[in-house]
Order: sequence, then C-alpha cells, then structure tokens
Amino acid sequence: MFQSKKIIAAGAFALFAGAGLSLSAQSDITVAMQLEPPHLDPTSAAAGAIDSVLYSNVFEGLTRFASDGSIIAGLAESWDISGDGTVYTFKLRSGVNFHDGSLMDANDVKFSLDRARAEDSTNAQKALFSGITDVAVVDNTTVKVSLDKPNGSFLFNMAWGDAVIVAPESIEGIKNNPVGTGAFTFKNWVQGDRIELSRNPNYWGAKPALENVTFKFISDPTAAFAAVMAQDVDVFTGFPAPENLPQFEADPRFQVLEGSTEGETILSTNNKMPPLDNVKVRKAIAHAIDRQAIIDGAMFGYGTPIGTHFAPHNPDYVDLTGNSNYDPKLSKKLLAEAGLSDGFTTTLKLPPPSYARRGGEIIASQLRAVGIETEISNLEWAQWLEQVFRGKDYGLTIVSHTEPMDIGIYARPDYYFQYDNPEFQSLMTELNGTTDPAKRSSMLKKAQRIISDDYVNGYLFELAFTTVANAKVRGLWKNAPTQATDLTGVSWAD
Amino acid sequence: MLGYILKRAISLTVSLCLASIIIFSVVEIAPGDPASFMLGINAQEDTIAALRAELGLDQDKLSRYFSWVSGMIKGDFGTSYTYRSPVSDMIKERIWVSLPLALYALLISTFIAFPAGIYAATQRGKAGDAAVMGATQFGIAIPNFWFAMILVVIFALKLRWFSAGGFVEWENGILLSLKSLTLPAIALALPQASILSRVMRSALIETLSEDYIRTARAKGFGKKAVIWRHALRNALIPVLTIIGLQFSFLMAGAIIIEQVFFLPGLGRLVFQAITQRDLIVVESVVMLLVFAVITVNFIVDVAYAVVDPRLRRRV
Repeated sequence: MFQSKKIIAAGAFALFAGAGLSLSAQSDITVAMQLEPPHLDPTSAAAGAIDSVLYSNVFEGLTRFASDGSIIAGLAESWDISGDGTVYTFKLRSGVNFHDGSLMDANDVKFSLDRARAEDSTNAQKALFSGITDVAVVDNTTVKVSLDKPNGSFLFNMAWGDAVIVAPESIEGIKNNPVGTGAFTFKNWVQGDRIELSRNPNYWGAKPALENVTFKFISDPTAAFAAVMAQDVDVFTGFPAPENLPQFEADPRFQVLEGSTEGETILSTNNKMPPLDNVKVRKAIAHAIDRQAIIDGAMFGYGTPIGTHFAPHNPDYVDLTGNSNYDPKLSKKLLAEAGLSDGFTTTLKLPPPSYARRGGEIIASQLRAVGIETEISNLEWAQWLEQVFRGKDYGLTIVSHTEPMDIGIYARPDYYFQYDNPEFQSLMTELNGTTDPAKRSSMLKKAQRIISDDYVNGYLFELAFTTVANAKVRGLWKNAPTQATDLTGVSWAD
Repeated sequence: MLGYILKRAISLTVSLCLASIIIFSVVEIAPGDPASFMLGINAQEDTIAALRAELGLDQDKLSRYFSWVSGMIKGDFGTSYTYRSPVSDMIKERIWVSLPLALYALLISTFIAFPAGIYAATQRGKAGDAAVMGATQFGIAIPNFWFAMILVVIFALKLRWFSAGGFVEWENGILLSLKSLTLPAIALALPQASILSRVMRSALIETLSEDYIRTARAKGFGKKAVIWRHALRNALIPVLTIIGLQFSFLMAGAIIIEQVFFLPGLGRLVFQAITQRDLIVVESVVMLLVFAVITVNFIVDVAYAVVDPRLRRRV
C-alpha cells in the first residue's frame, strides 16, 4: 500500500514536472511514418517501409533516384554501354567504405548482384536482375555486367532499393544491423517504436547537415495528427489523415508538402471473369466512374486523375482521361449493347488503405447508378494477396500500384488482372531492347494508349504524397519517385 | 490436500494442451501466407518458395506444431518471420511497457474506485450517491479509445503537459517513463474504475446490512468506525476478485490504447504480427497470455483451498 502511494505520488509529480520536453538540438530530427519496417534488409522484402528508412540514407546502389525521379550516378561514378547494349561496364567510386570500415569494391558489387539473382534469392524484385547472365570483376573499381539481351531500363533497375550494394562480411546480420555505404549509419532499433541513425563521419559524398535522425512509427491516423500537432515529431512523411491537412496548412508552425508518387490507383478488373471479359462492359465501368468525386470524397482532394497506367509527372505521360470521361448515359448504352441492360452483379474486394475502403464505397454507388451491383468485402493485405492477387478470385478491386514505371505488368498474362494482348506483349519486348530515348518515349506512349483503349482496368488517380513538417525544416523530398526519405540534403533553417 | 493440488495440476496441463491446439489451428487456418505477404506483388513464385523454405513454412503443419510446442517447453518461442529475431526477446522487451501500464491503470482505477464506492455506499439514496452512480454510468459507457483521444487533445495539444504518445524507456528515468504512461493508464483505468466503484458500493451496502454490523452499532461504535473496522474488510473480498479479473481486461484493452498512444507494447506487437501474418509471434504471445491466466487461476484455486478447508474436503 505504501509503495503504491509512492508511485501515485510520483505520477502526480510527473504530471507537473516536465512540460515542454521536446527541446532537441537543431542538428537532430525526428521523422515519423506510418509503417515500421519488418526488418532492415531492403534486398529481401517488398515492404516499402524498409526503403523509406534506409534508401540513400544507409544503403546506396550503383545508380540512384534523384528527387525528381531521374536516374543519377550512385556508387558507380560512370558507366559504358557496349554497342549492342548487352554489356554494362561500371566504374566505381574509389575510397568508399562500408560503415564497418571495410572497403566497398567490385567484389561487393558482384556479390550483391549475384545474391539477388541466385536460385535461393529472396529478393522481392528478382525480375529486375533476371536479364543478367554474368557479373565479372575487372579490377577493384570496375565491374562488367553482361545481359542476355539489351535492356533499356537496366540503369533504372539498378537504382531500386532492392539493388543496393551490400557486403558479404555483414550480410549475416543485415536484418537487424544494416551496414551500408550511405551518409548515415544505423545506430539503434527499438522494435515497435523507432529506428535511430547517426551521421557517417567517413561518408564519401557531401556531409549531411543532420547529426542524429530518429524514425518513429505511428500507424494510427489520429495519433499521427496528435503527434505532429504536439510537435513530438518534426516531420511526418506520407501523412495518413488528408482531412487534417488544411489545419496544418493554416498553422504557421507547419509546412505541408504535396507531391506525387509512382502510385497509380486503379480499379483492377479481372479480365477473364464474365462479363468483365467483354471490353464493352469494362468500357461501361470506366465511363460510369466520376474520378473527381472519388478524389474529393476519398482523398479530400489530394490526387491527380489518370486515364492510363502511367505517372502524370513523367515526361512521357499521355493524358487519356478523356478516353474514359464520366458519362453514365454512355455507360448504360454500352451495357445494353453488351446484352446487360438489366445490369449485373460482381465482387469488389477492398484492401485496407483508405483510398480503397473510402474509394470503394463511392465507386460502388457510382456503378449502382448505371445498374452494376457490387458485393463489397473488406480484406486484410495478407488475405488480398492470397484471394485476389494470387488466387484471382475477384471481379473488381482497388489498389495503388506503387512500383515506378510498372506498365510492363500488362505484358504478363498471368498477372492478376489477366490481360492477354500479344500486341502489347511484343511492344514491351521491343521496348526492353530499345535504348534510344526518343524511340522509347514513343513506345511508352503507344503502350499507354493500348491499355487505355482496351479498358483493362478503371484508371482512377495518381496517389498524392503528403508530408507535414515543422516550418523550419528544409530540403525534404516533395515527391516520392521511389519510397525513400532521403535526409542527406535536409537541414534546419536559422 | 495433495490430491486436490494434483487434480488441479492435471487440469492445468490439459487446459494448456487444448489451448495450444486451438491457438495453433485458428492462427494457421487464417488466410494469408507470410512469405507472399513479405515479398509483395512483384515477387516471383520461385522467390516465394525460397522464402517459405527459409522460414520453415514448407514443412507440414503437424511437425511445425510439435516443434513449436517442444520449443516453448524449453523456453524457446521460435523466431519471428518478419523481424527475424527471437520471439522471447521481443516479448521480454515489450512486456516492460505493457505490464507496468496495466499495473499503473489498475492502481489508478483502485484509487478512484475505493473512495468513490465507499462514499456512495455511505450516502446511499442521497444526492452524493446519485452523482457517483451517474458518473460511473458515464465512465462505463465511454469507449476508452475515444476517451484517450480526448485526453490527448486536452493534455497534449492544448495544455502541452504531456507528449501525444510514445514511450520513454525506463533507462531514461522512472519518472519520465511513468509520465509517458500516465495518459494511457488513465484512459485504460476509467471504465475499470467505474465498474469497481459500483462493485465496491454494492459490496459495502450488503455488508452494512449484516447482523454483526448492527451488533457493532448497538455496542456503541460510530458509523465511521463501523465502516472502517468491520464492514470494509468484509466487503473487500468481492472487490479483490474483480480486481484480479480486471487485470486480464487491462492487458487486452491495451491493444487499442497502445495504438492510440503508439506505445511499443505487447498489444501493438500482436496487432502488427496479425496484419503481417507473423504467425509464430501471434501464436506465442497469445499462448503466453493464456498460460498467465491459467496459472493465475491455478494459484487462486490452491489459495482458496488453503483458506477454506471445506473446498479441500469436497474434492
């Protein structure tokens, strides 16, 4: 009894003791995000959260994404491509060390690429490496990578977080103690709470302004709002409650960055399931959808309408939204032509993100207006992967495809929307073998048109990327060309 | 006595075995494969197969069940599929948040409930009683996660006395840690305090109508003295039983409260593990909680028998 009294007294004391504790030195920063990485090996999991913490901060690849999405040199300072486009000779930066002090050299590059494409590899993006036939060490700073055929996106592929360079000496413990070459070293991970990084004093590039970085994981949207409002965190990337953004915009203590992502949010359609196998029916669905109503209703106005599977900020993007403008009358007419004037019923399976859950309700009512009934079921991600993605047991679903430049998935007839068009498939094969930028550009534009004309899926909007930050933080990435929170150029004003 | 304990011990073992079978089967039949969840939508089939082999998911269910159970007997809870660290280490880390939080909430609830219940009982039928009863009705009706948000708005956003969430580790000072657990503990404690006040009140009222209380009053004891010396002690028995029961409610309620206050506790671990299909973590943590509850019951059963000889003879 006495002891418990003491604890209560202590609690009461604590109540009044430390108001306003968040005084941190201006070289430290606390960045919050919703999801915690499952482990810290970007080369063996799909979880974007791993890259959100480690990409460019801790791990680097041969090439890398710049903030505008372009591909720039990373650990390779330059490269030569053979005339036939099948051999890439990378010249590595010299004097680059891993955080454990060991030298990063050509052997590490060979190790990393061979590991990713090995038979027992658990790389979530193994396809990025599938064209590699050989990785040869020429000398300490030169690596020769041979491909089975020319691949115009090879340098792009090498910029992914899944292609970062790791060392054989530290690979054993990478999942809990990542050792990379980046501007920050891994310090500590309190699972369920935070990951701490600190400045790498031996970094080969420009030294970052920040000394200590703490990533905090706050999954609940209300808690996220409170944490930013109370200034417990300095930055929240991928802020999960768009309805609260105007409040932050109005508050001089904060800045709101609204950028773009690589996330095409689509009404994925099972192209093999009747009556959705009929292009007229898919076209009818496309015209029944009012994109702006979904963006306003589900995303509180954040998002850019798209008419095909391509990111609007990409220079090769074609605006095809007119191809599937909101026209319920036309939609009804098309259904009648398809022999479904009484409408039909299909399933609409929704994964957890709010774009899907909120968007799904709106789409269901829009489809009902033209006579299409949907049976909505809410799935968890694991269920969605099993039923929808692998089992292809669905009519419609809503999902954001966040991988950059992923129009190639339409060339895979066994992919979950089961679109099988030989013309598109040969176009993609041709594209992969083309390195000439002008030719690639026109091919990409043609590809966008084909899938838009075939109404493979309902193309809704490009997911927005919103960051709320302390008004004094400078140098944050506005857009998310890949899932990353690159802090190498971030600093505090004053 | 020995026979009684033996019998209880056998029933404890049987319950644990049954619980392990139920937990394992329920978690295993839930749809979703951990390997394909981790590798996402671009993964190739051979990659998923490689990861399944690495995680030991390619073995049949029966042998996985037995290796799980035999591991647990030896104190090895297995290795998390997603975090790739030993589950027992993860539990050890998290329990230092969840257990103190539950105890803290229990203390707060007791310290509110006792005076409130006693006051209401002595004021039975008067305005004070009505006020306490009304307040407890309110306390039971309010969902604790909503109350948690209100606390955050008032104490973290407006008054700025507290952080909006997060946990300060014990190494940084006990006071700071307790401070970071204060709002969550209050949010958890409110409904429990309300229930406990009501139990306290009715137990005390019942005791006050006993003959020996009348006798005590007849002997000339004042009203206060009767309550403190005689009534309260006897009224405590049902109250302590409820407090014991509430502890498991507090551990379970923490799942939601830990989300609202982003505390790295057991509740959050289970929540994350379920969405990530980290089956081994879910199975082991749930099993641990079941073990705790069953063991506590066993101890209570034995304690009853020690206190009350009639129980021993009946068996």
